[in-house]
Amino acid sequence: MKTIADHILDICQNSIRAESTLIEVMIEENKYSDIYKITVSDNGKGMDVQTLKKAEDPFFTSRKTRKVGMGLALLKQNAEASNGKIKIESQPGKGTLVKATFGRSHFDRPPAGELADTFILLMIGNENLMLKFSYKTDQGTFEISSSEIRDTLGGNVVFNRNIRQGISELIENNLNKIEAEK
Amino acid sequence: MGKITSLSDLKRIREEVQSQIKIRENSDHPEQMVQIKVGMATCGIASGARETMNYFIEETEHQAIDAIVTQTGCMGYCYAEPTVEVILPGKEPVVFGYVNKKKAEEIIEKYIVQGELIDGIIPLSFKTIDD
Repeated sequence: MKTIADHILDICQNSIRAESTLIEVMIEENKYSDIYKITVSDNGKGMDVQTLKKAEDPFFTSRKTRKVGMGLALLKQNAEASNGKIKIESQPGKGTLVKATFGRSHFDRPPAGELADTFILLMIGNENLMLKFSYKTDQGTFEISSSEIRDTLGGNVVFNRNIRQGISELIENNLNKIEAEK
Repeated sequence: MGKITSLSDLKRIREEVQSQIKIRENSDHPEQMVQIKVGMATCGIASGARETMNYFIEETEHQAIDAIVTQTGCMGYCYAEPTVEVILPGKEPVVFGYVNKKKAEEIIEKYIVQGELIDGIIPLSFKTIDD
């Protein structure tokens, strides 16, 4: 995983596989404490204590198609490489929360990457998913949700190129405005 | 066209492209459409499935192919990522491996449009990957 956006896409796929209908992605950065934090919370089926203990283990997965599960392990590796850490909280039937912190200005913090693209791909691939995204910096907060976009556009028209481009610009322009890290 | 910074700007774009938007009549009947599922687990993302998915979205729209492009999990062929499962209406699903842009172009041109089988199919006794 080369970017924060890749990690987010990956963690969200876990949420989708856990039958979530709501995923909230939050990014917060703070210049003074020099922390870059991402939080992904969902309302999926959650994990019991035993599963939760093994979630960061790369040799554990709930899949039957392969024997390893690298997603959270890679996130942990990247977080720790930049003086951060990850924390996972989960309750069966309630949902899961994955929190990862990175050193904001640390050399080994992955770049943000294509956050807008991640949002759009998740929206296209999951028509019934409620996806909320927020980004907070010292300059302000930007929030957007898939339902807001669908309401504005009147149904599922994300399939149009100009509209995808528009959503992408909307997100990027607002992230620039609050001086989000690249 | 001004900078897009709010939902109302987005609405303006929607109005501008109104005529280009075709309502997807078949989307309640996915079996009548070409279904393209891009493997988007950790292995897929790390191998560039993001670009592959974007390419399929752009190209099927560009060529006016009635297709749904979605994401799926890991099919267990991590060595061959990005993998893509294509279901033509009324046909058995076919899984392709190592689908970069070039391969995706070939899949659209040969398999989806002309129905010809091409190299790069991962043979399997097929099970759907809802896991």
